[in-house]
Amino acid sequence: MNNYCIKKFYYGDIPEENTGGNLNIASADNAHVWPLWEVFVRSKQGLDHKHVGSLHAADATMAIENARDVYTRRQEGVSIWVVESKYITASNPDEAGELYEPAADKIYRHPTFYELPDEVGHM
Amino acid sequence: MSIQDLEKIFQDKIDNEIKIEPKDWMPEAYRKTNIRQISQHAHSEVVGMLPEGNWISRAPSLKRKAILIAKVQDEGGHGLYLYSSAETLGSTRDEMIADLHSGKAKYSSIFNYPSLTWADMGAIGWLVDGAAILNQVMLCRTSYGPYARAMVRICKEESFHQRQGFESLLVLSRGTEEQKAMCQDAINRWWWPSLMMFGPKDSESTNSDQSMKWKIKRKTNDELRQQFIDMIAEQIKVLGMTLPDADLKWNEEKKHYDFGEINWDEFWNVVKGNGPCNKQRLAARNKAHNEGAWVREAAVAYAEKKKHKQQKAA
Repeated sequence: MNNYCIKKFYYGDIPEENTGGNLNIASADNAHVWPLWEVFVRSKQGLDHKHVGSLHAADATMAIENARDVYTRRQEGVSIWVVESKYITASNPDEAGELYEPAADKIYRHPTFYELPDEVGHM
Repeated sequence: MSIQDLEKIFQDKIDNEIKIEPKDWMPEAYRKTNIRQISQHAHSEVVGMLPEGNWISRAPSLKRKAILIAKVQDEGGHGLYLYSSAETLGSTRDEMIADLHSGKAKYSSIFNYPSLTWADMGAIGWLVDGAAILNQVMLCRTSYGPYARAMVRICKEESFHQRQGFESLLVLSRGTEEQKAMCQDAINRWWWPSLMMFGPKDSESTNSDQSMKWKIKRKTNDELRQQFIDMIAEQIKVLGMTLPDADLKWNEEKKHYDFGEINWDEFWNVVKGNGPCNKQRLAARNKAHNEGAWVREAAVAYAEKKKHKQQKAA
């Protein structure tokens, strides 16, 4: 029998203490890091561009080319937008309550708020 | 808000099947577990290109070569989807790559076995990708949004991988005596390592299972493994081949296949770095990364130069 200390882990999730590898934190070489870009793909004419993920590239031209290879290998797109991730401003989920609260009590903005006689038919 | 309140809100979301998104509050352990798991998954895709890349130049026909190149390119793409989801948790690409190359981070042990014959390309597609797909289909419903979305994209592409593998074996299984023998030999060598891909038996767990509670994982190792065995034990009949397990037998009562004992000593040995190809795989990754350094540097220099030119012209 082996005497390994077995802790539960799952496929694709091997705890560090079980790996037997070099546990020193390897220092990454940051001198030539390509910036991160967010990628948006229009799947066909008439539809919106939709966020599909991100990738690294040295500049916008390369980001488009990489996006083609990474996100449209099976003709998933007819148009690509890329924007450097640092230029995206996102709302704060912790403030979601206050931010969206004004819309919460305005049920009269929905068509179902209005009760009409059946004779009116589809409206 | 206290940590306890935040944890409660977090767990309520998970219990109600609301996905966790990058900017949401999450326990540090959830973040860490996801970074570890997603990056190991990404590394598996990237290292997984090596055993198959081995056969691109020796594929038996142009058709098989084109298929194999497309599959290997997909694996690279899958690695990139996964790295980008791990980056949403605050890990950087360079850190993850450095951890892979130093041996700190792991990848699926299956890729530490050698691909000895052409039939291995079929066996890898059918068995290894088949095992991976079961895990990945489950992960399409994982609780972390970016990981789940990457999985959906991967699963769409992965089914071609398994089908081309099976079809490739099917051709061999209907071929000459040598081809049949090669097909059976590949199945014999890849069967047990494929079962090990699902990880240790559930009964060896002593810890309470946080990954299930957080719905990072939604099925246990044994559940997935059994699902895989039941599927393959039927499919192999179509090939007219056998699985190398004398104890493999349909159990009418359980409505599942019974199977023999897995060699866990071998499993742990490979995890710990002593498999047939561990050193070779890491050496190949390090070599590719180091020899590609000048390309990364040149691309940055070129982008800088172009930017300056544009600024001057403006």
